[in-house]
Amino acid sequence: MPVQEQSQQSKDVKGGTKGEPKPVQRSRDKDQAKKATPAQPASHDMKVRSGIVSAAAQQDAITEVTRSVPAGEPDQLANNDELKFIGKRITRLDGPAKTTGRARYTSDVYLPGMLYGAMITSTMPHARIRSIDVTKAKAYPGVKGVYILQHLSDMAEVKDKSKEMASKYPIVRFAGQPIGGIAATSQAAANEAVKLIKIDYEQLAFVTSVEDARRPDAPLVYPAPAAMAATAGGGGGEEDVPQKGNVRGPARSRRGGPHGDLEKGFSEADAVVEGDYRTQVQTHCSLETHGVVADWKPEMLTVYASTQGTSTVRDEMAEVFGIPKAKVRVITEYMGGGFGAKFGAGNFGVTAAALSKQTGAPVKMMLSRKQEQLSSGNRPDARIHMKIGAKKDGTLTAMQLVSYGTAGVGTGAGTAGPTQNMYKCANVHTEEYDVFTNAGPAAAMRAPGHPQGAFALEQAVDELAEKLGMDPLEFRDKNDEHPARREERRIGAELSGWSQRHKAGADSGPVKRGLGMAQAVWYRIADVGASAEVRIGRDGSVEFMSSVQDIGGGIRTVLAQVVAEELGLQPRDITMKIGDTTYPPGPPSGGSQTTNSITPSARNAAYKAKRMLLEEIAPGLNVSADDLVMSEGKVFAKDNPSVSLSFKQAAARMKTDDVSATAKRGEDYKEAGGGRGRFITYGGVQFAQVAVDTETGVIKVEKVWAVHDCGRPMNPLLLENQINGGVLQGISYALYEDRVIDRNYGYVLNPNLEQYKVIGSRETPEIKVHVVENILGLSSTDAGGIGEPAKIPTAAAVANAVYNATGVRVRQLPMRPATMLAALGKVKGMTA
Amino acid sequence: MNRFDWVNANSVDQALASVTDESSFKAGGVDLLDLMKDGIASPSRLVNIRQISGLDQISEDDKGLRIGPLVTLTQIEEHPAVQKTYAALSEAASRIATPQIRNMATVGGNLVQRPRCWYFRSEDFHCRKKGGTHCFAQDGENDYHAIFDNRVCAIIHPSGIAVPLVAMNGRAEITAKKGKREVALEEFFTSPTHDVHRENILEPGELITAIVVPASEARTAYYKQGEKESFDWPIADVAVSLAMQGSRCSKASIVLGGAAPYPYRAKAAEAKLNNSEITEDSARAAADAAMANATPLEKNAYKIPIFEAIVRRTILRAAGMKAEGVAA
Repeated sequence: MPVQEQSQQSKDVKGGTKGEPKPVQRSRDKDQAKKATPAQPASHDMKVRSGIVSAAAQQDAITEVTRSVPAGEPDQLANNDELKFIGKRITRLDGPAKTTGRARYTSDVYLPGMLYGAMITSTMPHARIRSIDVTKAKAYPGVKGVYILQHLSDMAEVKDKSKEMASKYPIVRFAGQPIGGIAATSQAAANEAVKLIKIDYEQLAFVTSVEDARRPDAPLVYPAPAAMAATAGGGGGEEDVPQKGNVRGPARSRRGGPHGDLEKGFSEADAVVEGDYRTQVQTHCSLETHGVVADWKPEMLTVYASTQGTSTVRDEMAEVFGIPKAKVRVITEYMGGGFGAKFGAGNFGVTAAALSKQTGAPVKMMLSRKQEQLSSGNRPDARIHMKIGAKKDGTLTAMQLVSYGTAGVGTGAGTAGPTQNMYKCANVHTEEYDVFTNAGPAAAMRAPGHPQGAFALEQAVDELAEKLGMDPLEFRDKNDEHPARREERRIGAELSGWSQRHKAGADSGPVKRGLGMAQAVWYRIADVGASAEVRIGRDGSVEFMSSVQDIGGGIRTVLAQVVAEELGLQPRDITMKIGDTTYPPGPPSGGSQTTNSITPSARNAAYKAKRMLLEEIAPGLNVSADDLVMSEGKVFAKDNPSVSLSFKQAAARMKTDDVSATAKRGEDYKEAGGGRGRFITYGGVQFAQVAVDTETGVIKVEKVWAVHDCGRPMNPLLLENQINGGVLQGISYALYEDRVIDRNYGYVLNPNLEQYKVIGSRETPEIKVHVVENILGLSSTDAGGIGEPAKIPTAAAVANAVYNATGVRVRQLPMRPATMLAALGKVKGMTA
Repeated sequence: MNRFDWVNANSVDQALASVTDESSFKAGGVDLLDLMKDGIASPSRLVNIRQISGLDQISEDDKGLRIGPLVTLTQIEEHPAVQKTYAALSEAASRIATPQIRNMATVGGNLVQRPRCWYFRSEDFHCRKKGGTHCFAQDGENDYHAIFDNRVCAIIHPSGIAVPLVAMNGRAEITAKKGKREVALEEFFTSPTHDVHRENILEPGELITAIVVPASEARTAYYKQGEKESFDWPIADVAVSLAMQGSRCSKASIVLGGAAPYPYRAKAAEAKLNNSEITEDSARAAADAAMANATPLEKNAYKIPIFEAIVRRTILRAAGMKAEGVAA
């Protein structure tokens, strides 16, 4: 079987782990999900291929299995080498628009009479606002409206409202917290007017680090237990965990969660390693900051949003303003990066819509880079204690993880995902604690919790293998049953020349090179309500419609490939209409679910529309619709060469102006005979070669081999783009990025892209991507997801390579020169 | 950003006549725009000197190099005579910021830009340099701060080209209404103990009108280390100039950037090389001597081993020897 099957017990396929996106039923369109479930269409058994195409290990290769497939869905697609467009390196349809600047992002939207917004934000890390005087700001030339937020989203709230501090305004809990906004006739006027807002603060004691916040006498960030509502992109921890002071946890009962007897497991071990690992806060750094243009009209609120969830923004706007969803339209033609932080209406979005309502004019509100860095989300930091043990033959007997991390005024700092889900081990125990601090709230960020968790786990695994005298790959082969990862380890070892790897610290001279590897685990998440429409006009035109937005992965192009493949046309023949809630609701782009969710809907809709067209024209051609084939721009009869029309001629024979079909994705195919849904994970193995200057502490990643699986690769070119991006963001996390807060005053010192250091062109290594074709046979496209797996193992692989280079373990991120030198014992008074 | 007047100056005289106490000269506008956007500077008038003709030229004769203040960093980087004879300067210019910034940023602007200290740059902190009473770096996040002369104000001077220019005995020609003066760049940059509110001796209304570098047979090298190679400020940088007599060094000049609130002349290191052969050992002794009196803060002692490595390597490179390392 090409998929990892685990017990369904204690796994929540739909809910995701803490911090992961919660697909449709949880977060998106509750009514719709309810409607979708009872109306299960009839299904039939279908033989499908399942397995890894050209797998080296026999047990992982393609086999035929029987699945229960909903009626009206097409047969399984052939393998990629037999297809025309799916699985091919099709360049982005919108590439020319993007490179010439014609593509319109939210920042580029200008509406007639539009006002410019600026946010009012807190200048204190913790305070009660006594009063806000807006008189002077209101009087500033050009100012048309001022709005003060009465309620804040995207951060935790005291659960029992009676225990919150009495206050006229929301309590300020971090420097940079949104307070309200101003709309004016120019951006300059709005910015200047913000400075004229007078806020009288009663300052409160604050705390900004995990260590300080855990102290018994620490100032309390929340006066009573607090929780954070999840968004479509995740964020937020589990709800029912205890809280003492600023410490919330332990969260234990999670997917794959604690099992076995830890003590027994460690007593059975012949070797045990344990260590403390630290990771930093990373911010999303989307090139386009969060923002909207909100246009409130009596009949409709239209929101142009830089979002990865058109439908989730629509839902939240409707909820906040108490208007029907039908009266909210969200448009995202193009967006400049999200990485998990752009799902909701946002405090800025609510402010913009309120200002638009107040002023009667459209309001544009784009966050400044500083506001973006302070308030729009981040990846929590972590302090992880990791202990694992194994028998002489390499069998893992026990794994223990205890982690504390801060999501600032939010929750969701857990890191246990990889420890719970990567390796087979009888005794696993994890405890995760969120520690509240007076800092900006976390948001879901590209594989929440997993790069942190992998950094600890994958170093510990290497350390244990070495202690047992085993090669790290051999050790993993022994304990990791995931078939795709087995194949990926084999391929990566071959590509990277693993067999030539030297012993740790073997190079002489100040510059030492090393090779290391690490693995990913991520979850097959789908929005089962993802919906798409395909319309074929009598003039031969084809339209595709779904509210799905392109977060940057290139879904517009992939969907055109799918429809073109089904209709025998070229991808460029399909008019793509996406990123607008006027169309059938697509999935939010989180959890690496976009391609997995919406491509089956697209193929099913195209297939249905094709059937409708063929059934309309078949009688006139004296053939059965079943005998007609669409291919190469033609419609012809399988066994009768005299019946052959161009697609256009065929469409012209329709009686009606068009045919149109809408299809939803539905759940993954079940085992024939009504088997249970399964918990399926993606793998991913990365190898990194580094050079370490042991005199200056500089680490440079020279080469990365990234070997991944994501079901059926739909477009290798776009996949490589995403994997390259994941690797780069992973290296950036490993070596450079770090949000710095002044410990004495509670202000972020680097809310910019200058002193918050992001990888640049000279740090970009040679990246070789290899994608395994893993046909799962679970949907009509067999597609999976890649965005998140691509980032998970990079920092851990770099750390393992640094160890191989130097013989020194660096257990702290980022591995900047100071950290490396300290680890080498070269800095007086510093260790790492 | 505040509202301001804009005056285009077509000559130095006109620029000097247009400037008031509340004005700023604007050349490339790179740092000035940052300062204004961050609310650190709010000049009521900008006197644009960018279009003054004749100030954007590099000329070389047997007396040395003359660089106009409006010469861009890209021009320095690409000028054949600079590359050939003043290698450390060309190298330094090439390592600053990004190609886009180097195309805009001028020599004059680079020398008088304000420090990047994150307390100075943050509107949340009213630090000593901005007229406050406290240097927040002393007991704060001082990873990137000075390791010499750092008790009053712990900034490091941000100019990349100042480091080789001081090492090469460069001088600034300064013009004011009352006339011209020429000052050695080593004297141009000042310590916070002298006046914490500024980094140089330039008085209001004064304009740098040229940088002069005397001709020299000395061999020069420059090295910058950041945390990353693209678009980063130095953690530590160093310029070395070695006047050689045969295989002996007759006069060494070693200047450190990223070490002090001004380009820091490592005299103890120079002394180790003067009248010595340049060898791995003498270079190491010089590098160690350069750090002997460092007074690091809580979080920046890691700069010491870095300086020890890059000073040694840069001495060797200036002498034409090889020194292995990984760029950042």
